[in-house]
Order: sequence, then structure tokens, then C-alpha cells
Amino acid sequence: MAELRNWLERLGHIVTAKIWRLGFAARFFFYVLLHSGTALRRFGLTIREIYFAGVLSMIIILVSGLFVGMVLGLQGYDTLQRYGSGEALGVLVALSLVRELGPVVAGLLFASRAGSAITAEIGLMKATEQIAAMEMMAVDPIARVVAPKFWAGVISMPLLAAMFSAMGIFGGYLIGVQLIGVDEGAFWSQMQASVDVRNDILNGVIKSFVFGVAVTWIAVFEGYDAPPTAEGVSGATTRTVVTSSLAILALDFVLTALMFTGGTAK
Amino acid sequence: MAAAPIVEIDRVSFGYDAARPVLHGVSLRIEPGSVVGIMGQSGCGKTTLLRIIAGWLKASAGTTRALGQDLSGLDDRGIFALRRKMGMLFQFGALFTDMTVFDNVAFQMREHTDLPAGLIEDLVLMKLEAVGLRGAAQLMPSELSGGMARRVALARAIALDPQLMLYDEPFTGLDPISLGVIARLIRMLNDSLGQTSIVVSHDVEECFRIVDYVYFVSGGKIVAEGRPEEMRRSGEAFVKQFVRGDTEGPIPFHYPAPAYAADLAQVAADG
Repeated sequence: MAELRNWLERLGHIVTAKIWRLGFAARFFFYVLLHSGTALRRFGLTIREIYFAGVLSMIIILVSGLFVGMVLGLQGYDTLQRYGSGEALGVLVALSLVRELGPVVAGLLFASRAGSAITAEIGLMKATEQIAAMEMMAVDPIARVVAPKFWAGVISMPLLAAMFSAMGIFGGYLIGVQLIGVDEGAFWSQMQASVDVRNDILNGVIKSFVFGVAVTWIAVFEGYDAPPTAEGVSGATTRTVVTSSLAILALDFVLTALMFTGGTAK
Repeated sequence: MAAAPIVEIDRVSFGYDAARPVLHGVSLRIEPGSVVGIMGQSGCGKTTLLRIIAGWLKASAGTTRALGQDLSGLDDRGIFALRRKMGMLFQFGALFTDMTVFDNVAFQMREHTDLPAGLIEDLVLMKLEAVGLRGAAQLMPSELSGGMARRVALARAIALDPQLMLYDEPFTGLDPISLGVIARLIRMLNDSLGQTSIVVSHDVEECFRIVDYVYFVSGGKIVAEGRPEEMRRSGEAFVKQFVRGDTEGPIPFHYPAPAYAADLAQVAADG
């Protein structure tokens, strides 16, 4: 009996600790939004972070986009030609990328490349007392360090997803048109006719924006909340990648359910 | 009438949680223009005391006044305004690793003032000259030795000419030459810039050489205070042990444990 009570107590403790942390993360999110004045007024600070989070992630995004598009070209053509619709390859590649794979895979790559770097940087700044030094110099580290990184992530993510999709479509074109020999006119014109700006592209952009907010929020929070030790920072970096990846997949399901079912389905 | 103290702490208590109090009923006064040492073992509460003075931690009881203001009545904005008049040297410098030495020293000037770039450059070079590192202005913190990093951090801390300087273990991990340089700089900057300084340290010799007055903290309480020469002659058991570095005294060598024989008997019984 006593063992069961101990077990329940431990379980309760774990659950309440998680809820407390979630509440703390939510308060942190609003605090970052409220203290974003400096990041937006002195936009140079945000531009610098866009370079680190966005520009330096471009290589991995572009190369991955190219390969994903090429695989889509091969797999898509193989299935479509069974039904005699090989010409619809352009539509398949474009819709798969702008609706789903662009935002989701770019989001997952962004979480591992930039999210982990943001967490590690803020965590190490805390561990080496740089955050404390800033507070001691009467400079709010949330406004000076965290908010520019947050907005850089939010701005970079939709751009990276768009680049991923564009590169993927180019990969699909290389395989479908140049290698397999699908008619070039049909590839592009069917894509143009079937991809809708509002229902497909805009919804994809909204998804990537939401993923950008989620990943960067998790990354800055984990960094700021990391215990100031080597293990603390390494644990926080791992949590950023795991939590943001799960968040992207869960949010993707919810957003897809809202965007592409019922009356809005094409 | 004597000038008002720069820092006045009256019966201050503090604990990170209720079960583990760190400070109990600490009182001290720091006169303007002086260099005051707060000494004690690691973990005795001296850094906590420094953080209370900087408005980082709020005392659970008692009053803290710094630079004429009662800290308990200040909100975050008030604390930040007060900190503009304070400088702090962190244990390992805490330089911003993504900025050059120059940008580190210029950081506060750029954040808090609208001074033109040319004037900031003059001021930064002046501060770096004061710590002897004008030639290192364009180096990155990773290219500096421990002693140089501490001096750059000192130049950054004095960037806006603070009235009160707080030093958290400024001598830790330095070679004898760097240690002597930092100690001399603390005293020299204090006197030439008209500052008041608080030095938290456990380095007896170096601290006694530069401070005017010293407080000894043990177990969260002030156990002795006075001028360095008085402390050397002190009969107080803790001060004697601390100043002479004895292994035995009021601070035992052994961490509390059951009797050694009983422990060995237990091991034998278990085996």
C-alpha cells in the first residue's frame, strides 16, 4: 500500500513538474514578445541572428530539398505511370512539397541545425555568466539576446521552407523531365493549373511560420532554462531537437486537419 | 558628521529554500572610498551577500541600502537604474565570447548612451589603457590568457565609471604575476576614480594587501571584522584558522560522518 502511495506521489510530482515547466515556458514566450522592441527597433541585431540561424542553414536545406525532390520524382513516376498519368508528376511533386514536405522536413532540419545551436549558445552564455554579466550591466538579456534570436528563427523558417520546396521541385524536374523523359510542358503546365496560391502555397507558408515559432520558442526557452553546467547544456540541446521535432509533427497533423479537410479540401 | 555609507546592510537573512538558510542576521557598513573585503570559505554565503547588494537576490529579512536606495522597495526597472551606477567583475571575467575586446568594453556605452562612435572609441581605448591592454583591443576573448581576460572584464566593468565596484573572487585561478596586477588595479582604480569597492575573496594575503577593512563570514554570519592588521592579530578561532590556513580548528577537516570504527564494522558485517 505504502509502495503504491510512493509510486503515485512520484508520478504526481513528475506530472506537476512538467505542468509547471509548461506554464513557465508560456510566461517566457509572452515575456519575449513583450520585450521584442529592441530586436525590431535595432533590426541589425536580428539580421545578424538571421545570418546564423537562416543563412548558415541554407546548405543543408537546399541539398536536402534537392534529394527529397529527386526521390519524389522517382517514386512518384513509378506509381503514376501504373495508371498512365506520368504527366501528373509535376503536380504530385509540387503539392507534396508545398503542402507537407517543404514545411515539415525543413522544420525538422531547422530544429536540428539552428534550434540546437540557439539552445547551446544561450545555455553556454548562461554557464559562463555572460547572461549574468549582461543583467549586471543593466541590459535585459531577453531583449538583447533572446528576442533577436526568436524573431530571426520566425523570419528564417518560412523562407527556408520555400527554398526547400523550390529546390525539391527542381529535383523532381531533373529526375522526371531530364532523366525519365516526362513531357516538360505537361510537367510545368499541370503543376501551374493544379497548385492553388491560397489553398496550397499560403497554407504551406502558414505551416512553416507556425513551425518557426514553435521551434525557436522551444530552442530559446531550453537554452535560457538550462542548468549552467556541461550536462545541463547538453541535455537542453537534446531536448530542443526532440521536443521541436515532436511539436512539428503534432502541429502538422492539427494544421493539416484544419486546412485540408472538409470544405477547404481541393 | 560622517558621510553616509555606500552600502548598509542591517540584520539581513536569506535562504534559497526555507530549510537551508544561507545568511542569518548579517549587518555591515561600507564607507565611501574604501576597499572592503568579504572573506570566508567557499559556500559560506559571501557571494550570496554580494548578489543581495547587487539587487540580484532579495533578502528574506532585514534591510539592504546601496547608493542611498533601499533595495527592497525597488522594482526591476529601479534595480536596473541602480546597477548603472555599479560595476561587477565576475569570477572568470564573463566576457562576451562573440565580440572583440574593444566591443566588450564598448558594450555598455553603446547600450546606455547615445555617444558618437569616435567618442566611444576614445573612451574604450582609455579604459583599456588603464588596464594595460590597449594593444589587445582587436583580439577575441579566446585569444586572451586568464589574467588578460580578467583585466578586459575589469575595463568593461568600469566603462561607465561606476560608483560601486563589486569583485566576485577576482584572484581565482591566476598566476602570481596576473594576481598581483589585478590586486594593484583594484586599489588603483578605486582611488583614482573615487569608487568604493567590495572584494569577495578567500585569498588572504592578496586581499589583506589591498583592503581597508575586512569582514569574515562563516556559517552565514559575520564572525569577525576589522582592519587587516587587526585581523592578523585576532584571537577569534575561525579567523586564526582561516588566516593561517590550519587544517584543524572550528572548521573540521572531516565532513560529518559516523565513527570510523563503526563504519568499518558495518562494512565487515555486510561483507
